[in-house]
Amino acid sequence: MQKDDERLVHSRGEEFLQVFKKGAEFTQELLRENERLRFRVLELEKSQVSGEPAPAAELKKLNERIADLEQEKQEILDRIKHVEEENQDFAARYLEIEDENNNLANLYIASYQLHSTLDFKEVLQIITEIIINLIGAEEFAIMLLDEKSDELQAVATEGIERSEIPSFRLGKGIIGTVAQSGENHFASDFDSYERDFSAPMVCIPLKIKEHVIGVLAIYKLLMQKKEFAAVDYELFTLLAGHAATAIFSSRLYSDSERKLSTIQGFIDLLTK
Amino acid sequence: MSDYNVLIVEDSPTMRQLIAFALKRIRGVRIVEANDGVDGLKKLSSERFDLILTDINMPIMDGLKLVSLVRNDANYKTIPIVVITTEGAQEDRERALALGANDYITKPIQPTKILDVAKNLLRIA
Repeated sequence: MQKDDERLVHSRGEEFLQVFKKGAEFTQELLRENERLRFRVLELEKSQVSGEPAPAAELKKLNERIADLEQEKQEILDRIKHVEEENQDFAARYLEIEDENNNLANLYIASYQLHSTLDFKEVLQIITEIIINLIGAEEFAIMLLDEKSDELQAVATEGIERSEIPSFRLGKGIIGTVAQSGENHFASDFDSYERDFSAPMVCIPLKIKEHVIGVLAIYKLLMQKKEFAAVDYELFTLLAGHAATAIFSSRLYSDSERKLSTIQGFIDLLTK
Repeated sequence: MSDYNVLIVEDSPTMRQLIAFALKRIRGVRIVEANDGVDGLKKLSSERFDLILTDINMPIMDGLKLVSLVRNDANYKTIPIVVITTEGAQEDRERALALGANDYITKPIQPTKILDVAKNLLRIA
């Protein structure tokens, strides 16, 4: 009986020992799992603290930034294009103003020269020089209106003999019409123009306000001057005005000088 | 004290003034005018010039004769010469350049053209 009891105790002890061992193993396993999870928690906490975003979010953010920069770049390119267009406009305007300035300077010198003398022949010479050097004409005539006979006669020519130019009646033909109307005349086609004294390539009235004192008739341009530029037409009219005033003043002066000389002659005759 | 001495040889006072007016846009330029080739040579002998602009058709001595004399004189042969003329034919141009002219400008005059050629020969940027 006692032996049975001892055997039972022993068996129970063995059983308890087995259970205890299993419990110990299970506890060990739990401790390892706990350790692994604690490590994982630490890792997650660490990544959260350093602020590193997940790769997908980072990519999205970068793509948005690229889109913004692309838009900004396009805006800058548009602005550059606009500024370049403005710049081209300014450059073109600068050239226009420079041309205008040159023409004004030429006109200033021409008018200064025209009004620098009261000698009729000298005035005609200066007009001739201006027409050659500034307008670029090779054959032309300066014709003045005789108000008594209503006829236009050449008083100076270049490239042609003065005797070759016939006189024209006021209101007749191109020259007479220009002198009567005071309107400029330009041949329709300079290339096919053939010299005709009664129909010049260009005919400009010499006017003092609305009073026409003569015309400038051009028959041929210098070979290098193929056509008139837009500014030439303006220059023509301005020069014609100054030329007319200079011719008129010099004629008045010459007439008064002549009269004075005649009177002086009479006085001398009477007093000596 | 001027930086550049320029001689204009031209019988027309209007033309001389037009050329001078265009050249005066160059800073430090001093202009001397001569009526014809002989007057031009006289002026050349009295002072040093950096550039000569000359017409062709002139009384007493024409521009081509002047170009030829300047180029054959050791004292002046390096001075740049520009011919400004009404003669627009290619052979006239070639003749002037063959005699020693550095450039050839035809009339009607264009101030910008004169200015560009002068700046180029005076080596002004």
